[in-house]
Amino acid sequence: MTPLLETVGVGKAYGEFVALDGVSLSIAEGELVSIVGPNGAGKTTLVNVLTGLLKPTAGVVRFKGQDIAGIGPVLLAKRGMARAFQLVHIFPAMTVADTIAVAVVSHTGRSLDLFGSARADAALRAKVRDVAAIFGLEAKLDTESRLLAQGEKKLLDIASAFALSPEVILLDEPTSGVASGDKHGIMRNVVDAAKRAGVKAIILVEHDMDLVAQYSSRIVALTAGRVLADRRPADFFGDPEIVAAVVGKLVGKLAKGS
Amino acid sequence: MKFVALLLAIVVLAAVPTFAQPYYITLVLPAFAYAIALLGFNLLFGYTGLLSFGHALFVAVGAYGAAVLSSKLGVKSLELVLAISGAAAVVAAIPVALLSVRYVRIFFGILTLAFGMLFHSFLFKFYDLTGGDTGIRVLRPSLLGMDFKELDKTAFLIGPFYYYCLALLVLLGIVMWRLVHSPFGLHLTAIRENPRKAEYLGVRVRFFRLIAFLISAFYCAIGGVILAINTGQADPELAYWTHSGELVFMAVLGGFANFFGPLVGAFTFIFLKSELMGGTQYWRFFLGLTLVLIVVLFPRGLVGVGMDLWSKVRRR
Repeated sequence: MTPLLETVGVGKAYGEFVALDGVSLSIAEGELVSIVGPNGAGKTTLVNVLTGLLKPTAGVVRFKGQDIAGIGPVLLAKRGMARAFQLVHIFPAMTVADTIAVAVVSHTGRSLDLFGSARADAALRAKVRDVAAIFGLEAKLDTESRLLAQGEKKLLDIASAFALSPEVILLDEPTSGVASGDKHGIMRNVVDAAKRAGVKAIILVEHDMDLVAQYSSRIVALTAGRVLADRRPADFFGDPEIVAAVVGKLVGKLAKGS
Repeated sequence: MKFVALLLAIVVLAAVPTFAQPYYITLVLPAFAYAIALLGFNLLFGYTGLLSFGHALFVAVGAYGAAVLSSKLGVKSLELVLAISGAAAVVAAIPVALLSVRYVRIFFGILTLAFGMLFHSFLFKFYDLTGGDTGIRVLRPSLLGMDFKELDKTAFLIGPFYYYCLALLVLLGIVMWRLVHSPFGLHLTAIRENPRKAEYLGVRVRFFRLIAFLISAFYCAIGGVILAINTGQADPELAYWTHSGELVFMAVLGGFANFFGPLVGAFTFIFLKSELMGGTQYWRFFLGLTLVLIVVLFPRGLVGVGMDLWSKVRRR
């Protein structure tokens, strides 16, 4: 079976500086793959390559068998991959309902519907309500996004990505900036929602090893632009050297000591 | 409530010719023209988040379109003049927009300003084509095939032409209202709010900015046609950059965050300017002062002030 998303020997160099060097990985249906690594390891560059924002200087990146190198966010959304950002990206003055509707409109190919009514469209509204309900935002549909609590903004960001009905969704630290008690709630919510919405694979970029350990089906560790390890969680956390390389010495020692 | 206020405004405007002096009735005509132009201008500014300092260019294209069609090509039908001038503005807007929408904020503003100045100097220098600083005369058009030969110039303007323009404003207002509340309008607002996020939700940011730009150019040209028929002349001052500035002034004065703000701004500006010009030779100073006060004290414009007052009254 062809993988859903794969990179083969991907490299990205900025002049002298090599951000990615020969990265090969593949993501199949049903997986939740975490990409981990210390700061500067190349996570962001890899994510930007995977989402067609950056064109790699070497290698290929394929989504559903098609080359997506540098195709950009709009085409990517059309092909079926969505992305939620680490920093909250919302439309401050738009309501929750309108924010989600933006994605529904582009997904249903109605962007150039110049004279229809976005408010009175029953099918559009129903889909918006469904997506909002998955993330517990149905009571806030008419609230302006800027008035939401931080955690709700994060959920809205992810919800709008879900409204594209993507096959693959890329989450960049979905729980950063959220009170630590909420983080499991959000992750469970997102993973459940993904299953129900028919999302085939999730890519998670995360610093929080607690979340990575609990939710990943596979972990890809990057250091200095190369793949250090590509393993199941049990094997990953069973190797103290790898854990140390990824999260730093202190946690590594703790892992050894335990 | 909004609907009642709107209906009332239309009724009052329709009644103006029955009670007002001809001078004031002829003042409402440019207000109609600017109101239409600003409907388009604000699709770009208020809804898509792009502030143009060059949209007088398209007002001028509309005005010169009316001039060339009526006095050089003998086209009499106003419907035809509006359609052709509007189309000409859209065609002229394509290269301007293609280049400008690649940029945002001040860079977009400066580029549009530059295009406006370019067009102004074209109108000014190409004497044979454009009549230079004197411009081109605009002949009286026929309305829906009717000539109104029995009416003199003023009677035509404050009579049939007045109602024609009012109807046009209402019609184009309804079209614009539908546009900004459509799925398309939703995408424009998303672009204004956060273009990067919009892209990731599948919004083709540049393309939509381009479409919004073309629509705004069309509306500005329609306004330009009315202005030119009202004065009987298309001259280069219409394309001058201060005229673009006046469009921005009107939008800010009325409140660009509200659909009706620019319309209120257009009417207020025209009457304010006329009163100030009649009252003092320092009218430019007082106009400037008004803008400063509005921006500092009421950044949401006159409509914003009105809405605040209304909600206070209702709470009592």
